[in-house]
Amino acid sequence: MATEISPRKRTAGAFDIRLIIAALFSIYGIVLTVMGATGGAAETVKSAGLNINLYSGIGMLVFAALFALWVRLRPIVVETETSGAAADD
Amino acid sequence: MAVSVLAQEQLRLDAGPVDYVLLALYFAFVLGIGYLARRSVSTSLDFFLSGRALPAWVTGLAFVAANLGAIEIIGMSANGAEYGMPTMHYFWVGAVPAMLFLGIVMMPFYYGSKVRSVPEFMLRRFGKPAHLVNGISFAVAQVLIAGVNLYLLASIVNVLLGWPLWLSVLVAAAIVLSYTALGGLSAAIYNEVLQFFVIVAALLPLTLAGLHKVGGWHGLVDKVSASPGGPEQLSAWPATELTGFTNSFLSVLGVVFGLGFVLAFGYWTTNFVEVQRAMASKSMSAAQRTPIIGAFPKLLIPFIVVIPGMVAGVAVQDLVAYKATGQGAVDYNDAILLLMRDLLPNGILGVALAGLLASFMAGMAANLSSFNTVFTYDIWQAYVVRDRPDDYYLRMGRWVTVGATVLAVGTAFIAAGYENLMDYLQQLFSFFNAPLFATFILGMFWKRMTPTAGWVGLVLGTASAITVYGLAESEVLHLPGQGASFVGAGVAFVVDIVLSVVVSLVTRPKPEEELVGLVYSLTPKANLQASTSGEDAGWYRKPGLLAGIVLVITIVLNIVFG
Repeated sequence: MATEISPRKRTAGAFDIRLIIAALFSIYGIVLTVMGATGGAAETVKSAGLNINLYSGIGMLVFAALFALWVRLRPIVVETETSGAAADD
Repeated sequence: MAVSVLAQEQLRLDAGPVDYVLLALYFAFVLGIGYLARRSVSTSLDFFLSGRALPAWVTGLAFVAANLGAIEIIGMSANGAEYGMPTMHYFWVGAVPAMLFLGIVMMPFYYGSKVRSVPEFMLRRFGKPAHLVNGISFAVAQVLIAGVNLYLLASIVNVLLGWPLWLSVLVAAAIVLSYTALGGLSAAIYNEVLQFFVIVAALLPLTLAGLHKVGGWHGLVDKVSASPGGPEQLSAWPATELTGFTNSFLSVLGVVFGLGFVLAFGYWTTNFVEVQRAMASKSMSAAQRTPIIGAFPKLLIPFIVVIPGMVAGVAVQDLVAYKATGQGAVDYNDAILLLMRDLLPNGILGVALAGLLASFMAGMAANLSSFNTVFTYDIWQAYVVRDRPDDYYLRMGRWVTVGATVLAVGTAFIAAGYENLMDYLQQLFSFFNAPLFATFILGMFWKRMTPTAGWVGLVLGTASAITVYGLAESEVLHLPGQGASFVGAGVAFVVDIVLSVVVSLVTRPKPEEELVGLVYSLTPKANLQASTSGEDAGWYRKPGLLAGIVLVITIVLNIVFG
């Protein structure tokens, strides 16, 4: 799974949901972009000439890239001594 | 839901191998999240409240996604096809103000008192009788509603893909059970966040393609104006068609007080399914921000739910015929499915299917994860098996999830046989909320309110709502459209307040020192204030300011689309 990218993170959440979301949407994005780009005219008949697969695929890839960037810029803060600051009551 | 046998032929989607692969991939991710979340569960608090450690954007999106179930998507797009823009009220008036109220006014008591569930707040404020009434009615309602959600999910799979109903029920139950039992609330919440994005990824392209098909926004305006509904379906106010009141003023009043105040505040501020998401966040500030952050997507969701419904009402031939004649093999509930069938090519169709199933599972998982918390903490630990070590209750929680799923499967099969019965049940459960809200709000701000008043108000308030509903059903009272539930909830609210005040004046209140943190006038101001340092610093993390921004957007939207 995609989360294996960061196995050393020891946080309360243990894994970063943002990476999982980015992983799912990059796979979806790749599949749809390829389908949209190679499908030809038959693909767009249903949607009145609009290539939905292509545009959605590109949209998902951009979205996935933004989430990955967010993880990169603001990684989860690791609190090694306490497993969760709020759980100490 | 009216997915009749006749409609099956029309609704069967042309799913191809790619669609199934994309759908399967989504389920692999769902189960993967359950497995990963399991590693972070070591105490019962981890399991039931995610260790109170989640960031606000996660709980905020989960807050919205937990409500973005089958009824919301199918029902609201159906309303869009039938009534048009007035459907927006269910979001802008019927949800957002209540969510802001929960964040600003009520969350400090819920989070500040460190209770683990809404019934536990009842226990601390009003004692055992009110606690039992609330805990048991909530638990029973959740199991039955989980069953209804499961049935809806299975019937959609049955119609869209042609799987037999019993197989769909069992597969869906097994998937939801495996991630909620493994990872507890964290798994449910993380999946809700993923679900939220997959639902948007399903509905946004559908909306854009639909608008493209009818010739853009202007095309939609022209077509709806020319349709049987007429141009009034393009403005949200005064919504006379929706409320059933012919007088515009009464209609506006009905929307604002009936939907906006009594029904919405009852649902959003006391329903533990929702409040639990906020309780799982990592600080008071994050808990307050949870419903407020959730309000932003809540403002925008109708654009990708109601608008496709409206497009379907004028662009899908079967539905256009139904709207004109009131007859045909399909009805408004099929709006979004018909639009998917007509517009989406293979590929994005798989994503759309994943989004729909995601939304239906979100509802059921939310029911299960709130049920097991209330059952384990509020019924089992409080009254049946007390004072065991924590890992006993953690194990118990997992088994309760299994038991609840089995019950939900049973309910789903009953629902398959008696569809109307389930509609009635769901209506009845919605009546628990109005008196609950009355009791809470009075109890939080009036220290004199006594334990006896707590349970008397709840029981008789609920009973009066059921009475009104029964009278309306048996035609003794003549109430149009949504009128019965607006009036029923309103009566329950008033009865609860009046009885609580009267009973409080003749019974003994709890000693004041036991009410610190639970009642406004007895709680030090500092306890109710969120911190503004560390991870809660910055203007964009101030709950009050965020709520103000949401409010301004809500007003602007109402003016633009009014």
